[in-house]
Amino acid sequence: MISQVFVLSSKGDRLVYKDFRGNAGSDLVSGFYEKVTALTGDQPPVVMRHKEVHFVHVRQGGLYLVATTTADSSPFVVIEFLNRFAALVKDYCGGLSEKSVQMNFALIYELLDEMLDYGYVQSTSSDVLKNFIQTEAVSPRPFSLFDLANVGLFGADTQQSKVAPSSAATRPIQGGKSEIFVDVIERMTVVIGANGVLMKADVQGEVKVKCFLPSCSEIRIGLNEDLSVGASQLRGYGTTVRVDQCSFHPAVRLEEFDSHRILRLSPSQGEQSVMQYQLADHLPSAPPFRLFPAIEKDSGGRLLMYLKIRCDLPPKSAAVNVGATIRVPKGCVSMSQELSSPDQSAELSPQSRAVLWTIPRFQGGTQLSALFKLDVPALSSASMMEVGPLGLSFELPKTTATGLHVRFLRLSPVQPGPAQRWVRYVTHSDSYTIRV
Amino acid sequence: MSKHLNSAVLRSYLKLDNMTMQLTAPLTSKGVRVMGQTQRTTPKGNRRLSAATMPYLGNEDMVKDLRRALSNPHVQSDHLRYRNAILKVIKLMSQGVDVSNLFSEMVKACATVDVVQKKLVYVFLCSYAALNPELSLLVINTLRKDCQDPNPMVRSLALRNMTNLRLPGLVEYVEQPLSAGLRDRAACVRRVAVLGWAKLHNLQPNSETDASVVNELYGLLRDPDPIVMVNCLRALEEILKEEGGVTINKPIAHHLLNRLKECDVWGQSEVLKILQRYQPHSDDELFDILSLLDSSLVSPHPPVMAATLSLFLSLSSALPAVSLAALERVQGPLLAACGSASREMRFTALCHIQLLLRSVPGLMGAHYKRFFCGYAEPAFIKQRKMQVLVELVNDENVAMILDELKEYCTDVNTDTAQAAISAIGRIGRSYSDRCLKILIGLLGLKQEHITSAVVQTMRDLVWVCPQCSETVCSALEGCEETLQDSQGKQALLWFLGAYGDRISSAPYTLEVFIDTVRCETSPGVKMELLTASVRLFLCRPAETQDMLGRLLHYCIDEETDMCVRDQALLYYRLLRCGVDETRKVLQGRRSDPSLGVLIGRPAEPPSQWAHAFNTLMPLWQNAAGTESVNSDDVDHMTSDLADPLDTEVEGVPADTPADTLATKPHLSSVGLPDTPADTLATSAVVPLSLFPTLSAQEFERLWLQEHAEEKLDFVCRTEHLQGPNVTRVSPQSLQAALQLLNIHTLAFTPPRTLPWRIYVYTHTAAAPRATLVLAELLYQEAGAHAAAADGEDEDDAAALAKGEEEATFGGGETAREMADVKEIQVTLKQRPRDDNALKNVLSVLSTVLHTLSCQTP
Repeated sequence: MISQVFVLSSKGDRLVYKDFRGNAGSDLVSGFYEKVTALTGDQPPVVMRHKEVHFVHVRQGGLYLVATTTADSSPFVVIEFLNRFAALVKDYCGGLSEKSVQMNFALIYELLDEMLDYGYVQSTSSDVLKNFIQTEAVSPRPFSLFDLANVGLFGADTQQSKVAPSSAATRPIQGGKSEIFVDVIERMTVVIGANGVLMKADVQGEVKVKCFLPSCSEIRIGLNEDLSVGASQLRGYGTTVRVDQCSFHPAVRLEEFDSHRILRLSPSQGEQSVMQYQLADHLPSAPPFRLFPAIEKDSGGRLLMYLKIRCDLPPKSAAVNVGATIRVPKGCVSMSQELSSPDQSAELSPQSRAVLWTIPRFQGGTQLSALFKLDVPALSSASMMEVGPLGLSFELPKTTATGLHVRFLRLSPVQPGPAQRWVRYVTHSDSYTIRV
Repeated sequence: MSKHLNSAVLRSYLKLDNMTMQLTAPLTSKGVRVMGQTQRTTPKGNRRLSAATMPYLGNEDMVKDLRRALSNPHVQSDHLRYRNAILKVIKLMSQGVDVSNLFSEMVKACATVDVVQKKLVYVFLCSYAALNPELSLLVINTLRKDCQDPNPMVRSLALRNMTNLRLPGLVEYVEQPLSAGLRDRAACVRRVAVLGWAKLHNLQPNSETDASVVNELYGLLRDPDPIVMVNCLRALEEILKEEGGVTINKPIAHHLLNRLKECDVWGQSEVLKILQRYQPHSDDELFDILSLLDSSLVSPHPPVMAATLSLFLSLSSALPAVSLAALERVQGPLLAACGSASREMRFTALCHIQLLLRSVPGLMGAHYKRFFCGYAEPAFIKQRKMQVLVELVNDENVAMILDELKEYCTDVNTDTAQAAISAIGRIGRSYSDRCLKILIGLLGLKQEHITSAVVQTMRDLVWVCPQCSETVCSALEGCEETLQDSQGKQALLWFLGAYGDRISSAPYTLEVFIDTVRCETSPGVKMELLTASVRLFLCRPAETQDMLGRLLHYCIDEETDMCVRDQALLYYRLLRCGVDETRKVLQGRRSDPSLGVLIGRPAEPPSQWAHAFNTLMPLWQNAAGTESVNSDDVDHMTSDLADPLDTEVEGVPADTPADTLATKPHLSSVGLPDTPADTLATSAVVPLSLFPTLSAQEFERLWLQEHAEEKLDFVCRTEHLQGPNVTRVSPQSLQAALQLLNIHTLAFTPPRTLPWRIYVYTHTAAAPRATLVLAELLYQEAGAHAAAADGEDEDDAAALAKGEEEATFGGGETAREMADVKEIQVTLKQRPRDDNALKNVLSVLSTVLHTLSCQTP
């Protein structure tokens, strides 16, 4: 049972507030914000207590989505609800940010009203909700030069139009073109030891369908035919794609899954996660990044870090938005750097005691190196031990770590108008750590 | 005896502080009530004021503009402009601006065909209806009309908002549409109507709900719409709260189970929760239910999975094998939830895994790598993961886990680093060599927070595994330079005291501490230093004697903290009794290997924690798994004496092992918190009408001193006053009366507690010379009198504890019937001796007591 729901911006402005049970004190919102700000660090615990009230919150898109509840209610339900609420706001408003919430507050009130009655969750399925939601979304569309890039010379189609428009993922579900997106999103957790041994590798994957089709009774998604599920099955020498465990959305029909690896479902409007899967330890390919560090003290008492990162992706693909974070000794005051190309940058962040090295694009099969010279007063041999692991955050577009692919995507009945079908792959780094 | 009097003064002084707080409390509460009445008459005025103080500029004008727009007929005719104006109102409202005086305009806006506008207006009305009950009546007509609308969406909307207005006065208008709503042909109207009855019931909690409604709700459990069914359960649960909620008999339970699959995630978890109340009649039925639920147990949705496991555990509470099998089966989905993209969900799953591990240790041992911390994970997840990792250690994975934990020890977040270090310490109880190697390596980093955590962890480890002491003692040399915080210093001092014979440099390290004791701020460290010095003195007297003398001298003569001073005095007297006596008291155990048994904690049955599963409770317990065992149980021993305010000296009692405490109960007062001293220190500043002012500390010192050393120029007399029942006199009036006569009250017990006592002092300025008189007035019940006259320590302590207990339970409202004439024992101490003056003071005291008790009925 949820008593109140409110959304706060990171600065504590209240954007949405709805009281479902009428038992709220007047200082509820400020009470929560005081609790959050009183804590050191940026990470308040998920559950907090203020007098008789229990706050459960979820942080997404820089916003606090907060529900108040009683001590005996299920945390799984409340957190799942808040996550679902965030997902619906994303679906309807085309993104979850302070701005989109502010612009669409009427829509969000309407959503909340239909989702919860007297604090009990009624329905969160977008199929049901779409019958009730009347307000139209206002999507924040900042002017961008990229929009102009799509306009070809004399109106001719350019190459770019074959690529899914970047704004598609952040578009409200109501109205617009009839399109369907199938996204294969994987999150990678890797730990590589100081000796280069792969200590841990985990992949959490998800197949998401985002449907903007007005009428579509069934879609069929064909996955790799050689996909094997579970560790018990024998692995051949071929390029078998394997996952340890997978679970499906209840609406997915699996008649053809065992024989042909085909998922059949009737998609509802908006985003839904069709299949979730995990793979532990045995990656089909080498981990995408390796590090070759050399750390030493120079004659002037400075700490020299020579880092060489090699990208082991196939030469055609590349990693984007690569950020490397390496921890440096305490008391590091300044840094000078030598980077291999001008689009890279690096900075020293004394608060988190780390050097942040950002690489906008990292082509597969290449290697990049950087030299950091750090001024550390009172540099001792002990502070050499503090030079910590390298954490990498990156995005691998058009790549899946497990090798899972969508063979085909068929819609039935055949759509009357031109229906755009998009299949996208991306791998994110959940936590990619290389020990030094 | 002296020790007890001493703490008695302290304690009763605390009471004094409580009393003054109680004195002010009734005043303010009365004040609030008066203000509340005035507030009720002008709620709007106040609100407007608060709105005006908001940082938004020109709210007043904005509201005025909006009102003009809303009442403008041109705007009203253009429905887009009208809607926009309403949107602006709602926007202001959700920002926290007060727009309640637009209520009448908004009521008018309610009558429209535009559904979006209707919805917006209802959001407004539901927020402000309670402030305008009269105007809200106007809405009811529109709402009732909407309930007849052909569009089911409009009907459900009207019905929902009618019940959301939360006005008890409107109940009579709402009942009829609600009853009709239960029989509506659209499911969405029935859903709203069912919950509407619950809202109505909670509006008037005392009124009887119509039995026919309850019956109808039970009937609607068979509604074709699953949400209506679940809502019926919810509504009945609220309406029948007094009778223990909705009745789940066999047909209902089976009906719910059969329809479980039709519900969505939320409905399923609700139904599963309510089904926990059902008791199957036979084993066959039980197993039928369990096998029906098996697929939900491995549901990919964490809420369903958790609710099913709860139900499994409650159904199979008599069948431990079944519950254990369920725990095995649920680990897959729980692990998947641990890898969920939402970190909040991950955290929740981790907390529940910890519960499972209590029953099945090493449950997910094969998947230990899943609990390795991610690079960017928040600290609260990292700490939980480490706690789980500690539980999963076995011979195969210990090397990997320790290697991983070692990495976290140098984390930027100090809390995470310290949690990692103490996790290594926990593992060290079973794998001491590997862990000690890591811990000693960490000392080499020479970082304050790491060294401190390592020393504390080593202390806890040695307490359980004495075989490590050799290695630890050699590693500790030289780490005192890096230690900065009091906890770490205390741990190091404990080592120096307990293992001084093995640490060659112990006296030199200690000397540095003793030389800088003046700069030390933490009383905990000082007390630990005293204990360590005396203990070291016992094993290495030649090197330590001189510095121990200096330390005791400083602590007794110059130290302002009562607890430290008391402890120094205690050791001083103890040493005067002889070295053997001291050894008997202080050379207690330095380790407790029996606690090592706790490492392999026996598996608890799931029923121990099943009630907490799937509630917020597991998410609450913070870092409880990492605290040291020894400080834990000693704390427990002193907890009945120590004040709950005590937080700072946590872990101090670790130096006085349990058996010492047991044989010498008065020792425990040594470990008392330093809070009384703080209050005493502040009281010394309070200007008194009497000169020279005597602080409580001085009072105490004088009171005790005269006990210790008999002087000629001093008198101690015990008199008995025949007085009426003084215990009923309010302490405040007594204090005021005495103050008027230049007798200052230092401390007293709350009224109607026994033994009743009060400490006062005064200066007599009469010729030939000024004297100081200290007095204690004591009243005990006739029965207890004789026993108390012997001055038995235990009795005193017990009486004290009793007094305290009553104070916490509302100032001793359990009035006892007492005889009217009482005998009060007055102990007077005077310096220098002056019998005349003393007699005078005594007579003043008795007059005051008589006068006061005559006034009180």
